[in-house]
Amino acid sequence: MALAGFADTSSRKVSAPMRKSRVVILLLLPGVAYLALFFLTPLVALLLTSFQAPDPNSFDFGAYIYAFQWQNYVAGVAEYWPIFLRSFFYAIVATLAAFLIGYPIAYFIGVYLRGRPSLQAFTLILVVAPFFISFLLRTLAWKQILGDEGWLVTTLKSLSIMPADGQITGTAFSVIFGLTYNFIPFMVLPIYASLERLDLRYLEASSDLYSRPSTTFFKVTLPMSIPGVVSGTLLTFIPASGDYINASDDFLGGPSTQMVGNQIQVNFLKLLDYPMAAVLSVVLMVIIMAIVTFYVRRSGTEDLV
Amino acid sequence: MAQASFADQGADLELSGIRKEFPGFLAIDDLDLLIPAGSFFALLGPSGCGKTTTLRIVAGLEPPTRGSVLIGGNDVTHLKAYRRPVNTVFQSYALFPHLSVLQNVAFGLKRRHISGAEAEAHEALRLVELDHVADRKPQQLSGGQQQRVALARAIVNRPSLLLLDEPLGALDLKLRRQMQLELKKIQSQVGLTFVHVTHDQEEAMTMADTVAVMNHGRIEQMGIPTELYELPRTAFVADFLGQSNLFRGNVVSSSSQRIVVDVAGVSITLPSPRSARDSGDLSVGMRPEKVQMHLGRAKTPSDHNVLTGGRVIEVSYSGVSTQYTVNFPAVGTVLVFQQNADSGGPVAAGTEVSVSWPIESTFGLHDHRTTDVAAAKYKQEA
Repeated sequence: MALAGFADTSSRKVSAPMRKSRVVILLLLPGVAYLALFFLTPLVALLLTSFQAPDPNSFDFGAYIYAFQWQNYVAGVAEYWPIFLRSFFYAIVATLAAFLIGYPIAYFIGVYLRGRPSLQAFTLILVVAPFFISFLLRTLAWKQILGDEGWLVTTLKSLSIMPADGQITGTAFSVIFGLTYNFIPFMVLPIYASLERLDLRYLEASSDLYSRPSTTFFKVTLPMSIPGVVSGTLLTFIPASGDYINASDDFLGGPSTQMVGNQIQVNFLKLLDYPMAAVLSVVLMVIIMAIVTFYVRRSGTEDLV
Repeated sequence: MAQASFADQGADLELSGIRKEFPGFLAIDDLDLLIPAGSFFALLGPSGCGKTTTLRIVAGLEPPTRGSVLIGGNDVTHLKAYRRPVNTVFQSYALFPHLSVLQNVAFGLKRRHISGAEAEAHEALRLVELDHVADRKPQQLSGGQQQRVALARAIVNRPSLLLLDEPLGALDLKLRRQMQLELKKIQSQVGLTFVHVTHDQEEAMTMADTVAVMNHGRIEQMGIPTELYELPRTAFVADFLGQSNLFRGNVVSSSSQRIVVDVAGVSITLPSPRSARDSGDLSVGMRPEKVQMHLGRAKTPSDHNVLTGGRVIEVSYSGVSTQYTVNFPAVGTVLVFQQNADSGGPVAAGTEVSVSWPIESTFGLHDHRTTDVAAAKYKQEA
């Protein structure tokens, strides 16, 4: 649209296309202004910060000057690469877990409850109900349940299922558990949107063509819901990779479960090492973009359409 | 895996005592049906008559409330759809949008782990003359092409029974006529048993060896197309298959040869074998094209029924033929189709005429015409 509008201005035909292109520019203006103000400006600021060097004339913490200190990146990657690996590992496992739990929920609501709109609405409300309570409070509640003094751990210990010095919080399990729990609705809703539109006659046709129900699922239902699966996994994976609540030792994490988000927080708020916090943010963003691009390309060319 | 094997030819389909109830209504009411192997069978009826439900029960997509389905003598009533040697061409085609045309056609073969599935699929696509679009996605094809792909996807499995659920419904008239001929040709080539569901009476008559007319979940009449048309047994069949003139009267005399019916003082004679009943209240009828129209008093042979003193009230000229509506004060209106074989225009409205038709083409029905709104409405569409 926009491109066509601009192309028209270069041609000699005057009034109508000209007016059209002006309208196009006018319509684009709010969006462009919004992006420039709220996306481009902070991004540039972040990039500039990531190349900053300590102020040589000051002994204060947090005093930096603009420079082109690219070595910040070398230092950041060298120091934090294990934490990057851990972050993406947690995020991938949590995304997979959310998919394995979320897909059946979405299928149940979108396909099984087809034709019963009030039940569908009710179950959808159940899916989004957790959003009515703050993310932090819910995660804290899980800390209570999974904590060392909580009924779960004490029961498991009294039954000798868990060793006396065993813990749930502060382990990789509890962090991945928290990530999975918190992002399940983001997985369910897009998959539901795909499955809800799925024409059940395709499933009948598949059954007519000698597919048992499991084959129908893997050959027809799942491939036809790939658009929902792609958006659901992205909506889970991207925020999960940068999450700093679940892995924080104030919540479900511990010293051995730190994710990149926690390190950004520590560098920015505690150590006042703004360039390092910016470096970690930029690296995280670039890696996520690379993974997402690869993922969308693959699913797009082979399964989508 | 699936018990179904490749069929060299079609199999018999037998439905016995099939009943299907949905919450609030009865879709099929004690249906018995035997379709011989290798035949092209049409289930004809207005929408909501239970024909598609019957097809779905045969395909295994819907369980019957009661009764059994036998294919080639085997009871398949409790077999799941994917275990039945049956394939369906769906009204919506239901071609998988995420697969190419070739993958769609090979789908059933692959599920049964048949080697050389792709070669077979190409073969089936050649049969419907679409091998050149094998790599495209179904939504890139026209409606007629999609219909043929759906057909190829079903026939490639060589099912004992091929079910066609109004497969031509979405096509325009010209394409539909062309596909009717192609379907018929393909059926004789592959020799499978075809069960074709349609509401288009012309389609059923031109394609099928045997037609069953369904109404309200029951089969009203079944037979070869000419028999159904020439000798309808119920008012519904007489009206749904073409058009009919029907009169209601009382039987005044009946022998083994002739039955005479008194219709508002006029005697109408018909051959006894052509009447479903031989006493009491009887509806008699004839097809509009069997009726001759005469100006004034014409001499009519003795083997004709005659109505005199009519007046033409409506003339509808369509080139090849003219359709007249003639009103007889006592009997009612008579529809006449006349070929425009002679030069000169049609008879004008208001002309006084008499009509006659052969006794041999008169029929007597089992029941009487009711104001079946649904059927009347449907006929207008068809």
